[in-house]
Amino acid sequence: MSATDTTPASWVDVAYLITAICFIFGLRYLSSPKTARLGNRISAVGMLIAVLATLAQGIVNWWVIGSALVVGAAIGIVSAQRVKMTAMPQMVALFNGAGGGAAALVAAGELLKVFHANAIPTYDVSFTSVLSAVIGAISFAGSIIAFLKLQEVMTGRPITYPGQQFVNALIALVIVVCWGLVVANVPNSLEFFWIALVASFALGILFVLPIGGADMPVVISLLNSFTGVAAASTGFVLGNNVLIVAGALVGASGTLLTVLMGKAMNRSVTNVLFGAFGAVKPVAAGGAAKQQNVRSVSADDVAAMLAYANQVIVVPGYGMAVAQAQHSIRELADQLEKKGVEVKYAIHPVAGRMPGHMNVLLAEANVPYTSLYDMDDINPEFERTDVALVVGANDVTNPAAREDKNSPIYGMPILNVDKANNVVVLKRSMNSGFAGIDNPLFDDPKTVMLFGDAKKSIDGVVAGVKAL
Amino acid sequence: MTAHLLTELTIFILAVFVGMEVISKVPTTLHTPLMSATNAIHGIVLVGAILVAGAADAPFNAIVGFVLVLLASLNVFGGYTVTERMLQMFRPRVQAPKGPTDGTP
Repeated sequence: MSATDTTPASWVDVAYLITAICFIFGLRYLSSPKTARLGNRISAVGMLIAVLATLAQGIVNWWVIGSALVVGAAIGIVSAQRVKMTAMPQMVALFNGAGGGAAALVAAGELLKVFHANAIPTYDVSFTSVLSAVIGAISFAGSIIAFLKLQEVMTGRPITYPGQQFVNALIALVIVVCWGLVVANVPNSLEFFWIALVASFALGILFVLPIGGADMPVVISLLNSFTGVAAASTGFVLGNNVLIVAGALVGASGTLLTVLMGKAMNRSVTNVLFGAFGAVKPVAAGGAAKQQNVRSVSADDVAAMLAYANQVIVVPGYGMAVAQAQHSIRELADQLEKKGVEVKYAIHPVAGRMPGHMNVLLAEANVPYTSLYDMDDINPEFERTDVALVVGANDVTNPAAREDKNSPIYGMPILNVDKANNVVVLKRSMNSGFAGIDNPLFDDPKTVMLFGDAKKSIDGVVAGVKAL
Repeated sequence: MTAHLLTELTIFILAVFVGMEVISKVPTTLHTPLMSATNAIHGIVLVGAILVAGAADAPFNAIVGFVLVLLASLNVFGGYTVTERMLQMFRPRVQAPKGPTDGTP
């Protein structure tokens, strides 16, 4: 396995190289929806090659490995097929956590092997195995909390307590100190390794707790990147190049997405990493009372507005996912197009709970991806638009982000929904959005509100359009 | 730092650049499948998991090995299946009848 000696490369390493190439091509083909499926399959073939090559190395505990492989595959495939598209973010979080946990345990296993042989680990091995264990454990625990929040087992609102950042910093310090002690190979360094592992697990939980549901796209990307780095680091521990390459690819992808999501929320990555998450305090109670000037209308009123428009832009948000309204929206768009109305979709980068969440849901409902527009492309269009139909989106349409310097989301790029001639907002109730911030859009004289479950509301509008 | 580690670091850093280059070309509409695809790719720890589980010599180690391979296998198979399921939904303007049109669910 060594890269420095002159012995011929083993065929296993050649297989790993082929795998790495497959992964790169797999991601390369994701640059277009037309070739993306092929890419995913190339990547899967690469994975198969790596696993077969590893298994063929003469493994002893074949029953342990075989049964674990089969059980893991069965759970993975069945749950991946059954999961609803709206539940995709929590599914991705769960798989991410599984990968992070595995990376942490592999590194721990390697380090333990060295200690059990009563040998002293080299600095390279001890440094990188603690790194894998720490990042893997943070990713594992953080992903589980993200899963619980997205699945609404626990509240999606930020959970904060006094001294939160201090506690997190303290735990981080403990981890760094233990890390140093393991690398320095002090007596009982194995115990410090366990402390670092447990502390990382705790940090993973605590750092996701104060993060609200609307910030989930950033967190999921970040955790994805963590697991990638943990996998790469495990590659260093094992001296395994395919883990290093694959981990680096995933780490790069997760980091890029994190930066992108951060930009879409007007937050720097350091700001995302070190804590302003808890800074947005929910003001729900007061917020609901302040907005009194809203105009509520019926589904038939909305139907008439839409049917006589030239152009309608649909702005979907997390509310669409919750209500599973994507199919009804597609039907509405079909009916409107029959009447000669142009229908477009405006997708904010952080709408929903993960990057690209809305795109997947609309794709599920057979909305052609050519009708979906990014924020920068669609924003100039609102001025020429008769009706903007906001379905369960809130903060990403909030004009306060543009105008009110005191607003917590001031500076966040938004969809300029308020520039449209008319705005229809579909909402469950007058509760404020996830960030708990008032939305002046709802008070705007050209805005009307249609209250109720988004799917039922849209179905009502569809019936209204058909009746016209 | 050993020369070996330096070689590996070189591989890592070059792979990061390749990753940045390739992934910056992925359109926003495919960001969820991208996350899911990279999710499946970091399931490559399955290779490490198999190596560790294969070397386990005590019952406790075997149990850890089992959990390890299970987690990684869940990651790999779940990740690829979910990505495939998502990607088959992305269609340009075609008037497909309701629901998926081919066998893969």
